[in-house]
Amino acid sequence: MAIHEKHLIRPENIKTHDNLVIDGVDVSGHWSTFIETRVVTDYNEQLQEEIAALPGGEYIHRCWQCGSCTNSCTVNAINPDFNPRYWIYLIRMGMESELLRDKEIIWQCVSCNKCTYACPRDVVPEGVMKATAHWLEMKGHTETTPSTIFDAEFTRQVVQTGKIEDGRILKNFLLNSKQPLVQDWLIEMVKKMITNLPIKFLFGMGWATIFQPKTKGWGKARAAIEEHIAEEKAAERAALGLDPIK
Amino acid sequence: MSDRKEKYKKVAYYHGCALEGTAQPYNTSTRAIAKKLDLELVDIENWNCCGAMEVKNVDPEIQTYLSSRVMSLAHNNMGQDVVMAPCNGCYHNLKKAEYDIAHKEKSREVVEKISAKADHPAYEAGQVETIHALDWIKFGYGEEELKAKIKGGLKGLKVANYYGCMYTRPRHIFPEKDQGGDSESTSKPHYMDDLLEIAGAVNVEFPLKTACCGGAHTLSDSDTSTKLVLNILQAAEAAGADVIATECPTCHSGLEMHQIRALKRMSAQTNVKIIYFTQLLGLAMGLSPRKVGIHENVSNAIPMLKEMKIA
Repeated sequence: MAIHEKHLIRPENIKTHDNLVIDGVDVSGHWSTFIETRVVTDYNEQLQEEIAALPGGEYIHRCWQCGSCTNSCTVNAINPDFNPRYWIYLIRMGMESELLRDKEIIWQCVSCNKCTYACPRDVVPEGVMKATAHWLEMKGHTETTPSTIFDAEFTRQVVQTGKIEDGRILKNFLLNSKQPLVQDWLIEMVKKMITNLPIKFLFGMGWATIFQPKTKGWGKARAAIEEHIAEEKAAERAALGLDPIK
Repeated sequence: MSDRKEKYKKVAYYHGCALEGTAQPYNTSTRAIAKKLDLELVDIENWNCCGAMEVKNVDPEIQTYLSSRVMSLAHNNMGQDVVMAPCNGCYHNLKKAEYDIAHKEKSREVVEKISAKADHPAYEAGQVETIHALDWIKFGYGEEELKAKIKGGLKGLKVANYYGCMYTRPRHIFPEKDQGGDSESTSKPHYMDDLLEIAGAVNVEFPLKTACCGGAHTLSDSDTSTKLVLNILQAAEAAGADVIATECPTCHSGLEMHQIRALKRMSAQTNVKIIYFTQLLGLAMGLSPRKVGIHENVSNAIPMLKEMKIA
């Protein structure tokens, strides 16, 4: 089983000289390529602990770097830079600045759980990816990602009413993530649906948009859920050394 | 196993949010099959969302609570000991809640705390058994009995069976799988293949049975999802399939939506039709396409089904 490895030497650290003479010896050609020497000094010793304090990150310490997660990864297959094993390594080493180079793609984990299935140490790499994406947002390294915007809208509806409604989720997500409501593929899809079942479709969608589905007597559950989430979020911020949200 | 036949004859039916929205044909066809096979589905009154794939990213224990409430309703209010969920998301979450409540103290504590505040009995591990619609038909009705119910059949329709992620992963929440005998396999699931073969389909050798459609990011990272779906659609076509049979509303609508998006954005056309396995079973039993909601699917399979004289 091959390990899909990220090339650890970044192009900017490779130095090539056309003509190079060292100690009187001409080393031009193959011998003229060097890796920039560097000493890592900017460790964040708290990094692993902080990730472990967020939901999903709890078991990161178990990792022994076998690479089964990256090898099985759905997203890695379409983007080789998406490398859970490598990020877990960086987090455990405290190499924050290296991790930040990939901050814009870590949220793209699709939660297919192939990594969790393959992992021999029960690290739950899927959870670690989510925890890392949240850590990046909470620390202000990235904007709120579309994935988080979607999760927030979905959860808001569930907590509020006990149920969700597809049309409303779609509309609010597009609005919240500042995307146009009119998308070419969406129009094409709605057109196909309307030609097949005009009255039922329009009636159903219209009805659900006006009268949101609700679970009866949800009020008490809602209050208890909101209270629990607020407590958990406060604890997470405290663990990352962030001020409480006012 | 005949005790399962007895046990699954009347089950609490948890169809969930998707089957009231984009996945209505899955609901329609599941109910139509139940009627045809004389299996009783009792709706869970005043149910709530299981948390889908999103709530866990805000708070995993809340997702566990949401799923536990549904199981608590089935056990305490309805006296049912089996919950049948056709949606892979619901099925997965109820299974996960079951596992977490049995194995994780924090999950148990949060479920007990919120259940008390919400005035209902907290769900306790082992009170209900959660099954998928596949288990329900395979064991609740029985394969031999199903053979006798096939009228017309699928006439050699070439089918790629697509199970998706949540039906088999992660392994630990499905302790009954990978147990040999007639248990389901998490690496090569076959229950849908088994049922559709009985229904007269020819199952093609499909390598992406448990590949991911990118459903969790179907809207938030659509380009990734389109690539993943296109891969699945093209693999199915390369395997010679006319139809991809689905058993998950997220996969099903993901395949439908990104089939269109792949054409619009990547000029990649695929013609394979996407149909719920319950719709195919219904057709094979002689139910009309309308009865199983074929006209509600986005990929229009009616001309093909007519040509093959299935519809």
